[in-house]
Amino acid sequence: MASNGKLTGKQRLGWTVLTIVVLLYALFPVAAIFATSFKTPADLGNAAFLPSNWTWQNYEMILLGDAQGLFLTALRNSIGITLIATFIAVVLATLCAYAIARLDFPGKKIILGSALAVSIFPVISVVTPLFNLWRNIGLYDTWIGLIIPYLSLTLPISIWTLAAFFRQIPWDLEQAAQVDGATQWQAFRRAIVPLAMPGVFTTAIIAFFIAWNDFVYGISLTSTEAARPVPAALAFFTGASQFEEPTGAISAAAIVVTIPVVVLVLFFQRQIVSGLTQGAVKG
Amino acid sequence: MSSITLQNLVKKYDDGFPAVNDISIDIEDGEFIILVGPSGCGKSTLLRMIVGLEDITEGDLFIGGERVNEKAPRERNLAMVFQSYALYPHLTVYENIAFPMRLTKGQFTKDQIDEKVRHAATMLELTEHLERKPANLSGGQRQRVAMGRAIVRDADAFLFDEPLSNLDAKLRGQMRAEISRLQRELNTTSVYVTHDQTEAMTLGDRVAVLKKGLLQQIASPRELYEQPANLFVAGFIGSPSMNFLPGTVEGNVFSTPLGKIEIPDRAAKAGAGRDIVLAGIRPEFFEDASQLSEVQLSKGTTFTAEISHSEWMGNEQYAYVGYETDARVADALQNLAEEMDADELRTQLVVEVDATSRFRSGDTAELWLDTRRMHLFDPATGENLTRDAEAGAELTREAREDRKREAERFVSKQS
Repeated sequence: MASNGKLTGKQRLGWTVLTIVVLLYALFPVAAIFATSFKTPADLGNAAFLPSNWTWQNYEMILLGDAQGLFLTALRNSIGITLIATFIAVVLATLCAYAIARLDFPGKKIILGSALAVSIFPVISVVTPLFNLWRNIGLYDTWIGLIIPYLSLTLPISIWTLAAFFRQIPWDLEQAAQVDGATQWQAFRRAIVPLAMPGVFTTAIIAFFIAWNDFVYGISLTSTEAARPVPAALAFFTGASQFEEPTGAISAAAIVVTIPVVVLVLFFQRQIVSGLTQGAVKG
Repeated sequence: MSSITLQNLVKKYDDGFPAVNDISIDIEDGEFIILVGPSGCGKSTLLRMIVGLEDITEGDLFIGGERVNEKAPRERNLAMVFQSYALYPHLTVYENIAFPMRLTKGQFTKDQIDEKVRHAATMLELTEHLERKPANLSGGQRQRVAMGRAIVRDADAFLFDEPLSNLDAKLRGQMRAEISRLQRELNTTSVYVTHDQTEAMTLGDRVAVLKKGLLQQIASPRELYEQPANLFVAGFIGSPSMNFLPGTVEGNVFSTPLGKIEIPDRAAKAGAGRDIVLAGIRPEFFEDASQLSEVQLSKGTTFTAEISHSEWMGNEQYAYVGYETDARVADALQNLAEEMDADELRTQLVVEVDATSRFRSGDTAELWLDTRRMHLFDPATGENLTRDAEAGAELTREAREDRKREAERFVSKQS
């Protein structure tokens, strides 16, 4: 092994090549969609990677033109529903994970077990009964009607990641806070939550992605613009005429919905500072 | 500042194991009490019961005369220094120290908090580090921050849970002196848990020795050292630890594997009629007979022994004398060794003699033993047969007076 964490020339070369391969593999589809989103309808069929004429036409269509109604309302639905679902999931998961990590109560294992069981249930098997139920009780095609199933997707993984995170935080800190005069809630909020923040952010991002990317619930449990999220709305895009493929518009929309995700990661990257607990206890 | 009274405290876990078993201690206002014992003796559990982090199964706990069994930790107004320091890593040193005051909304103004934090920081020499995060501090500095957080509280008592065990030997010595000074200066009732008997002896006004959840003896360090209640206390307190020499008492003669030793009447009376007893002899009860005057020699007993090896330390010298132990006490000694977390008790005497003595391995040395100070123990029960309870109580009473005198001096210095 190279000492001091420095790489030898050979190792560096190896890592560089590996990194490039992984990046290409991961980013090529995004680049392809990006390029396609700037193609004119006539250009779509040719086999070239880059558009022969760069055009904003597709973006104009979804943001200002014919598809505006469809896309912008879907974007609003997506953002609203996803943010609410993420927020609820993170708050509930934080409290739940804290209890699991810290308190001894009967049924602890059952909670963790059932959380896992729920998360491995195939979405497609749940969606049909849910469709019927939602229609009967009036939740079909509403925000709430999507937020609830999204919680079933995001809560289990949030609980698991956060419970693991809470277990790492030294219990002494909380006890110290209690001796210092804090109530259990104050100890949690002032000593534990600040330390758990990186974990909470990470969990929030994961939960956000899951809800943001969902397609099956989005297309099955909505019928109008009232609640239809972007991934579902993309399926309803049509070309300017029935002989035209809506590929360009869909690509443009795909790029637009990718932006919040990228922004989110870049923004929270700073918050996800590991090693915040260093120095809390002996070291 | 308050007195703390533990009345028949019991802590039983779900499996019925009593980690703390029927312990009663009266801690006076301003007193520094040490809880000491080998690991698993229940000392930390007892401390956590006082502070409220462990429930009390049976018995009563009074702080300042008020029963606090059911009170939450925050209502007991105690300050605790954790073994891990438990500093809040996301807060600066300043905010760590201010933390307890920030929790009492409205009780302190911003200026008051600032003044108190700075005062504590000055006392602990942390002023330059107030804006730093705990992660960037050394072990000793973190330890001082933890102390600072305890000091600013004006708590009724300080509780320390092995606060120095994460420091290296040199720092430990420094911080020990620091803690002692602070405790005297603030004159705050303190309870201190440690497994280190040096800390116990140097810091404590009184030391409570625990074994397997049971209180063995609570007394001033000197009483523990000179009048131990039983074999366990005798062996646990003191370094190098006490020698236990098996033998039989016949009249004024004590027959040991090392030969016959003449003992004073008091010991002879205590050991009379017993099949076998263990003589507890501290290493410094021996001297090199060739270096003593007649007068001194007449006060004890002289005998010869072969030195197996010796260690010259500069200020003193340790000589080791091997002997065949008696099969009848082998079990008792083995048990004792296990209870004290030690390996097998060696069947050799440790003899502390003057550094100028010229003992080498193989020498046949003439050793003098101060038989007045040795104790006899019953190997079966561990009971100290020669304990002079009155003399012991006198030692503890003296220690109490010394403490009061010291405290008064601090008060008069401050005013």
